[in-house]
Amino acid sequence: MVLIVMSTGFLLILMGLYGSLTNRNILRMIVSFTVTNTGVNLVLISVGYMPGRTAPILDETVAVSEVAQRIIDPVPQALVLTAIVIGVGVTALMLAYAYRLYETKGTLDISQFTELKW
Amino acid sequence: MIKRFFVLALLFAMGLLFTDLLLSYTPDTELNSTALYYANHTAKDLGAANIVTAIIVSYRGLDTLGEVTVLFLSAAILVLVLPKGWRRGKRKPRILPSTGELLGTGSHLLVPLILLLGVYLFVNGHLTPGGGFQGGAIIASAALLLLLTNPLQPFSRHLFSVVESIAGLCFVVIGLLGIVYAGGFLDNRLLPIGQLGELFSAGTMPILYSLIGLKVGAEFSSMLINLSETKDS
Repeated sequence: MVLIVMSTGFLLILMGLYGSLTNRNILRMIVSFTVTNTGVNLVLISVGYMPGRTAPILDETVAVSEVAQRIIDPVPQALVLTAIVIGVGVTALMLAYAYRLYETKGTLDISQFTELKW
Repeated sequence: MIKRFFVLALLFAMGLLFTDLLLSYTPDTELNSTALYYANHTAKDLGAANIVTAIIVSYRGLDTLGEVTVLFLSAAILVLVLPKGWRRGKRKPRILPSTGELLGTGSHLLVPLILLLGVYLFVNGHLTPGGGFQGGAIIASAALLLLLTNPLQPFSRHLFSVVESIAGLCFVVIGLLGIVYAGGFLDNRLLPIGQLGELFSAGTMPILYSLIGLKVGAEFSSMLINLSETKDS
Protein backbone atom coordinates (compact mmCIF):
# COMPACT_ATOMS: atom_id res chain seq x y z
CA MET A 1 0.00 0.00 0.00
CA VAL A 2 2.64 2.45 1.09
CA LEU A 3 4.87 1.41 -1.79
CA ILE A 4 2.09 2.03 -4.33
CA VAL A 5 1.50 5.57 -3.08
CA MET A 6 5.20 6.29 -2.83
CA SER A 7 6.04 4.99 -6.30
CA THR A 8 3.11 6.98 -7.72
CA GLY A 9 4.55 10.06 -6.03
CA PHE A 10 8.03 9.44 -7.44
CA LEU A 11 6.54 8.80 -10.87
CA LEU A 12 4.60 12.07 -10.72
CA ILE A 13 7.80 13.92 -9.75
CA LEU A 14 9.63 12.46 -12.74
CA MET A 15 6.73 13.18 -15.09
CA GLY A 16 6.49 16.75 -13.87
CA LEU A 17 10.24 17.29 -14.25
CA TYR A 18 10.17 15.83 -17.76
CA GLY A 19 7.29 18.09 -18.70
CA SER A 20 8.85 21.22 -17.31
CA LEU A 21 12.22 20.52 -18.96
CA THR A 22 10.96 19.60 -22.42
CA ASN A 23 7.98 21.91 -22.94
CA ARG A 24 8.60 25.35 -24.39
CA ASN A 25 5.20 26.78 -23.48
CA ILE A 26 5.16 28.55 -20.12
CA LEU A 27 1.63 27.45 -19.25
CA ARG A 28 2.56 23.81 -19.83
CA MET A 29 5.62 24.29 -17.63
CA ILE A 30 3.40 25.66 -14.85
CA VAL A 31 1.11 22.62 -15.12
CA SER A 32 4.20 20.38 -14.95
CA PHE A 33 5.38 22.15 -11.81
CA THR A 34 2.03 21.54 -10.12
CA VAL A 35 2.28 17.85 -11.08
CA THR A 36 5.73 17.72 -9.44
CA ASN A 37 4.28 19.44 -6.39
CA THR A 38 1.57 16.81 -6.11
CA GLY A 39 4.16 14.05 -6.39
CA VAL A 40 6.26 15.49 -3.57
CA ASN A 41 3.16 15.76 -1.39
CA LEU A 42 2.24 12.13 -2.07
CA VAL A 43 5.73 10.92 -1.13
CA LEU A 44 5.69 12.96 2.09
CA ILE A 45 2.26 11.65 3.06
CA SER A 46 3.26 8.06 2.39
CA VAL A 47 6.35 8.39 4.61
CA GLY A 48 4.06 9.11 7.56
CA TYR A 49 1.87 6.09 6.93
CA MET A 50 2.16 3.00 9.09
CA PRO A 51 0.40 -0.26 8.26
CA GLY A 52 -2.59 -1.13 10.42
CA ARG A 53 -3.01 2.27 11.99
CA THR A 54 -5.61 4.99 11.62
CA ALA A 55 -5.78 8.76 11.18
CA PRO A 56 -4.45 10.94 14.02
CA ILE A 57 -7.88 12.00 15.27
CA LEU A 58 -9.20 10.98 18.66
CA ASP A 59 -12.78 9.71 18.61
CA GLU A 60 -14.76 6.63 19.64
CA THR A 61 -12.43 4.25 17.82
CA VAL A 62 -9.18 5.72 19.12
CA ALA A 63 -9.11 5.98 22.89
CA VAL A 64 -6.82 8.49 24.57
CA SER A 65 -5.02 5.78 26.51
CA GLU A 66 -3.90 3.75 23.48
CA VAL A 67 -3.34 6.62 21.09
CA ALA A 68 0.40 5.99 20.67
CA GLN A 69 -0.29 2.49 19.34
CA ARG A 70 -3.21 3.39 17.08
CA ILE A 71 -2.39 6.51 15.06
CA ILE A 72 -0.04 7.23 12.19
CA ASP A 73 2.58 9.97 12.27
CA PRO A 74 0.75 13.35 12.29
CA VAL A 75 3.82 15.47 11.50
CA PRO A 76 4.05 14.76 7.72
CA GLN A 77 0.34 15.49 7.39
CA ALA A 78 0.78 18.91 8.99
CA LEU A 79 3.76 19.52 6.71
CA VAL A 80 1.82 18.56 3.58
CA LEU A 81 -1.10 20.75 4.59
CA THR A 82 1.36 23.64 4.67
CA ALA A 83 2.95 22.59 1.39
CA ILE A 84 -0.39 22.43 -0.46
CA VAL A 85 -1.36 25.94 0.61
CA ILE A 86 2.03 27.37 -0.32
CA GLY A 87 1.79 25.51 -3.62
CA VAL A 88 -1.43 27.34 -4.45
CA GLY A 89 0.23 30.69 -3.74
CA VAL A 90 3.25 29.80 -5.88
CA THR A 91 1.02 28.64 -8.75
CA ALA A 92 -1.00 31.86 -8.62
CA LEU A 93 2.24 33.87 -8.77
CA MET A 94 3.56 31.84 -11.70
CA LEU A 95 0.31 32.39 -13.60
CA ALA A 96 0.42 36.14 -12.94
CA TYR A 97 4.01 36.35 -14.19
CA ALA A 98 3.10 34.27 -17.24
CA TYR A 99 0.34 36.77 -17.98
CA ARG A 100 2.77 39.67 -17.75
CA LEU A 101 5.30 37.89 -19.95
CA TYR A 102 2.60 37.28 -22.54
CA GLU A 103 1.67 40.92 -22.37
CA THR A 104 5.21 42.15 -23.04
CA LYS A 105 6.20 39.69 -25.79
CA GLY A 106 2.89 38.47 -27.16
CA THR A 107 4.03 34.88 -26.86
CA LEU A 108 4.30 32.20 -24.20
CA ASP A 109 7.23 30.39 -25.85
CA ILE A 110 10.10 30.43 -23.35
CA SER A 111 12.76 30.37 -26.08
CA GLN A 112 11.62 33.87 -27.16
CA PHE A 113 12.65 35.32 -23.79
CA THR A 114 16.36 35.77 -24.33
CA GLU A 115 17.17 38.78 -22.14
CA LEU A 116 18.81 36.75 -19.38
CA LYS A 117 20.34 34.13 -21.66
CA TRP A 118 24.09 33.70 -21.69
CA MET B 1 17.88 16.39 -29.82
CA ILE B 2 21.02 16.41 -27.66
CA LYS B 3 19.13 18.47 -25.13
CA ARG B 4 16.38 15.88 -24.89
CA PHE B 5 19.05 13.23 -24.40
CA PHE B 6 20.42 15.17 -21.41
CA VAL B 7 16.93 15.53 -19.98
CA LEU B 8 16.28 11.83 -20.30
CA ALA B 9 19.68 11.01 -18.77
CA LEU B 10 18.92 13.30 -15.82
CA LEU B 11 15.50 11.75 -15.34
CA PHE B 12 17.00 8.27 -15.57
CA ALA B 13 19.54 9.12 -12.86
CA MET B 14 16.80 10.54 -10.65
CA GLY B 15 14.66 7.51 -11.32
CA LEU B 16 17.53 5.27 -10.17
CA LEU B 17 17.86 7.30 -6.97
CA PHE B 18 14.12 7.13 -6.36
CA THR B 19 14.02 3.37 -7.00
CA ASP B 20 16.83 2.90 -4.54
CA LEU B 21 14.95 4.97 -1.94
CA LEU B 22 11.74 3.08 -2.65
CA LEU B 23 13.26 -0.38 -2.37
CA SER B 24 15.19 0.39 0.80
CA TYR B 25 12.19 1.99 2.49
CA THR B 26 10.55 0.15 5.35
CA PRO B 27 7.58 1.76 7.13
CA ASP B 28 8.07 2.58 10.79
CA THR B 29 6.36 0.34 13.27
CA GLU B 30 6.64 2.77 16.17
CA LEU B 31 6.01 6.51 16.27
CA ASN B 32 9.21 8.53 16.40
CA SER B 33 9.86 10.63 19.48
CA THR B 34 8.36 13.88 18.11
CA ALA B 35 5.18 12.18 16.98
CA LEU B 36 5.01 10.25 20.24
CA TYR B 37 5.16 13.48 22.21
CA TYR B 38 2.35 14.99 20.14
CA ALA B 39 0.26 11.80 20.41
CA ASN B 40 0.61 11.55 24.18
CA HIS B 41 0.30 15.21 25.09
CA THR B 42 -2.30 16.64 22.70
CA ALA B 43 -5.44 15.32 24.39
CA LYS B 44 -4.13 15.83 27.92
CA ASP B 45 -2.56 19.27 27.56
CA LEU B 46 -4.48 20.97 24.76
CA GLY B 47 -7.79 19.08 24.63
CA ALA B 48 -7.92 18.84 20.85
CA ALA B 49 -9.23 15.69 19.17
CA ASN B 50 -7.46 16.31 15.86
CA ILE B 51 -3.73 16.02 16.46
CA VAL B 52 -2.82 17.54 13.10
CA THR B 53 -4.79 20.66 14.03
CA ALA B 54 -3.07 20.77 17.41
CA ILE B 55 0.31 20.72 15.66
CA ILE B 56 -0.64 23.36 13.10
CA VAL B 57 -2.46 25.80 15.36
CA SER B 58 -0.78 25.34 18.70
CA TYR B 59 2.54 23.49 18.73
CA ARG B 60 3.77 24.98 15.47
CA GLY B 61 1.44 27.99 15.42
CA LEU B 62 4.30 30.35 14.68
CA ASP B 63 4.98 28.47 11.43
CA THR B 64 1.32 28.81 10.51
CA LEU B 65 1.56 32.55 11.07
CA GLY B 66 4.50 32.57 8.66
CA GLU B 67 2.56 30.47 6.17
CA VAL B 68 -0.41 32.83 6.28
CA THR B 69 2.05 35.68 5.73
CA VAL B 70 3.45 33.93 2.66
CA LEU B 71 -0.10 33.58 1.31
CA PHE B 72 -0.78 37.24 2.00
CA LEU B 73 2.44 38.18 0.23
CA SER B 74 1.58 36.16 -2.86
CA ALA B 75 -1.91 37.70 -2.97
CA ALA B 76 -0.37 41.17 -2.63
CA ILE B 77 2.23 40.51 -5.35
CA LEU B 78 -0.57 39.25 -7.59
CA VAL B 79 -2.32 42.61 -7.25
CA LEU B 80 0.97 44.36 -7.94
CA VAL B 81 1.86 42.32 -11.01
CA LEU B 82 -1.49 42.08 -12.75
CA PRO B 83 -2.63 45.22 -14.56
CA LYS B 84 -6.13 46.49 -13.95
CA GLY B 85 -7.90 47.71 -17.02
CA TRP B 86 -11.63 48.03 -17.24
CA ARG B 87 -12.15 48.41 -13.51
CA ARG B 88 -10.95 51.97 -13.72
CA GLY B 89 -13.15 52.70 -16.70
CA LYS B 90 -10.41 52.79 -19.32
CA ARG B 91 -12.21 50.13 -21.28
CA LYS B 92 -15.90 49.80 -21.78
CA PRO B 93 -17.47 46.80 -20.05
CA ARG B 94 -17.71 43.68 -22.10
CA ILE B 95 -21.03 42.38 -23.30
CA LEU B 96 -21.24 38.76 -22.27
CA PRO B 97 -23.61 36.12 -23.56
CA SER B 98 -26.15 35.01 -20.98
CA THR B 99 -24.96 32.42 -18.51
CA GLY B 100 -27.63 29.86 -19.07
CA GLU B 101 -30.39 28.67 -16.82
CA LEU B 102 -28.55 25.69 -15.38
CA LEU B 103 -25.43 27.50 -14.19
CA GLY B 104 -27.34 30.54 -12.94
CA THR B 105 -29.93 28.65 -10.91
CA GLY B 106 -27.39 26.08 -9.80
CA SER B 107 -25.05 28.69 -8.44
CA HIS B 108 -27.87 30.39 -6.54
CA LEU B 109 -28.65 27.07 -4.94
CA LEU B 110 -25.07 25.96 -4.32
CA VAL B 111 -23.21 29.07 -3.19
CA PRO B 112 -24.87 29.32 0.27
CA LEU B 113 -24.39 25.58 0.79
CA ILE B 114 -20.72 25.76 -0.21
CA LEU B 115 -20.17 28.69 2.16
CA LEU B 116 -21.89 26.74 4.92
CA LEU B 117 -19.68 23.69 4.31
CA GLY B 118 -16.58 25.89 4.44
CA VAL B 119 -17.64 27.45 7.74
CA TYR B 120 -18.53 24.03 9.15
CA LEU B 121 -15.07 22.71 8.22
CA PHE B 122 -13.11 25.45 9.90
CA VAL B 123 -15.31 25.68 12.99
CA ASN B 124 -14.92 21.92 13.54
CA GLY B 125 -11.23 21.91 12.63
CA HIS B 126 -10.15 20.71 16.06
CA LEU B 127 -12.53 17.71 15.99
CA THR B 128 -12.84 16.41 12.44
CA PRO B 129 -10.57 16.17 9.40
CA GLY B 130 -10.67 19.71 8.11
CA GLY B 131 -9.65 23.11 9.29
CA GLY B 132 -8.98 26.67 8.38
CA PHE B 133 -7.02 26.08 5.21
CA GLN B 134 -9.45 23.57 3.74
CA GLY B 135 -12.48 25.62 4.80
CA GLY B 136 -10.93 28.77 3.36
CA ALA B 137 -10.28 27.02 0.05
CA ILE B 138 -13.91 25.85 -0.05
CA ILE B 139 -15.15 29.39 0.61
CA ALA B 140 -12.97 30.59 -2.26
CA SER B 141 -14.54 27.93 -4.49
CA ALA B 142 -17.90 29.61 -3.83
CA ALA B 143 -16.37 32.86 -5.10
CA LEU B 144 -15.07 30.95 -8.13
CA LEU B 145 -18.57 29.62 -8.86
CA LEU B 146 -19.96 33.16 -8.70
CA LEU B 147 -17.23 34.32 -11.07
CA LEU B 148 -18.00 31.51 -13.50
CA THR B 149 -21.68 32.43 -13.44
CA ASN B 150 -21.03 36.09 -14.04
CA PRO B 151 -17.45 37.15 -14.80
CA LEU B 152 -18.40 40.79 -14.26
CA GLN B 153 -19.71 40.03 -10.77
CA PRO B 154 -19.13 43.12 -8.62
CA PHE B 155 -17.25 41.88 -5.57
CA SER B 156 -16.62 44.17 -2.65
CA ARG B 157 -12.84 44.35 -2.65
CA HIS B 158 -13.02 46.45 0.49
CA LEU B 159 -14.89 43.72 2.38
CA PHE B 160 -12.25 41.14 1.51
CA SER B 161 -9.38 43.32 2.65
CA VAL B 162 -11.20 44.24 5.87
CA VAL B 163 -11.97 40.58 6.70
CA GLU B 164 -8.40 39.60 5.91
CA SER B 165 -6.81 42.37 8.00
CA ILE B 166 -9.09 41.86 11.00
CA ALA B 167 -8.57 38.09 10.96
CA GLY B 168 -4.79 38.47 10.80
CA LEU B 169 -4.78 41.08 13.54
CA CYS B 170 -6.98 38.99 15.86
CA PHE B 171 -4.73 35.96 15.25
CA VAL B 172 -1.64 37.88 16.37
CA VAL B 173 -3.47 39.51 19.31
CA ILE B 174 -4.71 36.12 20.60
CA GLY B 175 -1.19 34.80 20.19
CA LEU B 176 0.27 37.68 22.18
CA LEU B 177 -2.39 37.31 24.90
CA GLY B 178 -1.18 33.72 25.16
CA ILE B 179 2.27 35.00 26.19
CA VAL B 180 0.78 37.09 28.99
CA TYR B 181 -2.00 34.87 30.31
CA ALA B 182 -0.93 31.34 29.32
CA GLY B 183 2.21 29.37 28.52
CA GLY B 184 3.49 31.14 25.42
CA PHE B 185 2.80 32.60 21.99
CA LEU B 186 -0.41 31.09 20.53
CA ASP B 187 -0.94 28.91 23.61
CA ASN B 188 -4.55 27.75 23.38
CA ARG B 189 -5.05 27.42 27.13
CA LEU B 190 -6.13 31.04 27.28
CA LEU B 191 -9.70 29.72 27.51
CA PRO B 192 -10.72 26.58 29.44
CA ILE B 193 -9.84 23.38 27.58
CA GLY B 194 -13.24 21.79 28.20
CA GLN B 195 -14.36 18.29 27.36
CA LEU B 196 -12.51 16.41 24.63
CA GLY B 197 -14.70 16.12 21.54
CA GLU B 198 -17.07 19.00 22.31
CA LEU B 199 -17.40 21.91 19.89
CA PHE B 200 -16.43 24.43 22.57
CA SER B 201 -13.24 22.76 23.66
CA ALA B 202 -9.50 23.01 23.09
CA GLY B 203 -9.33 26.59 24.35
CA THR B 204 -8.70 29.19 21.67
CA MET B 205 -7.97 26.60 18.97
CA PRO B 206 -11.38 26.78 17.16
CA ILE B 207 -11.25 30.59 17.27
CA LEU B 208 -7.75 30.68 15.84
CA TYR B 209 -8.57 28.17 13.12
CA SER B 210 -11.73 30.09 12.20
CA LEU B 211 -9.65 33.24 11.87
CA ILE B 212 -7.20 31.37 9.65
CA GLY B 213 -10.15 30.09 7.61
CA LEU B 214 -11.57 33.57 7.11
CA LYS B 215 -8.16 34.93 6.19
CA VAL B 216 -7.33 32.15 3.75
CA GLY B 217 -10.81 32.34 2.21
CA ALA B 218 -10.55 36.10 1.72
CA GLU B 219 -7.03 35.77 0.27
CA PHE B 220 -7.90 32.99 -2.17
CA SER B 221 -11.08 34.79 -3.25
CA SER B 222 -9.25 38.04 -3.87
CA MET B 223 -6.58 36.12 -5.82
CA LEU B 224 -9.27 34.58 -8.04
CA ILE B 225 -11.03 37.90 -8.51
CA ASN B 226 -7.77 39.63 -9.39
CA LEU B 227 -6.91 36.93 -11.91
CA SER B 228 -10.33 37.27 -13.53
CA GLU B 229 -10.20 41.07 -13.61
CA THR B 230 -7.09 41.43 -15.72
CA LYS B 231 -7.23 43.76 -18.67
CA ASP B 232 -8.10 41.42 -21.50
CA SER B 233 -9.97 38.73 -19.66
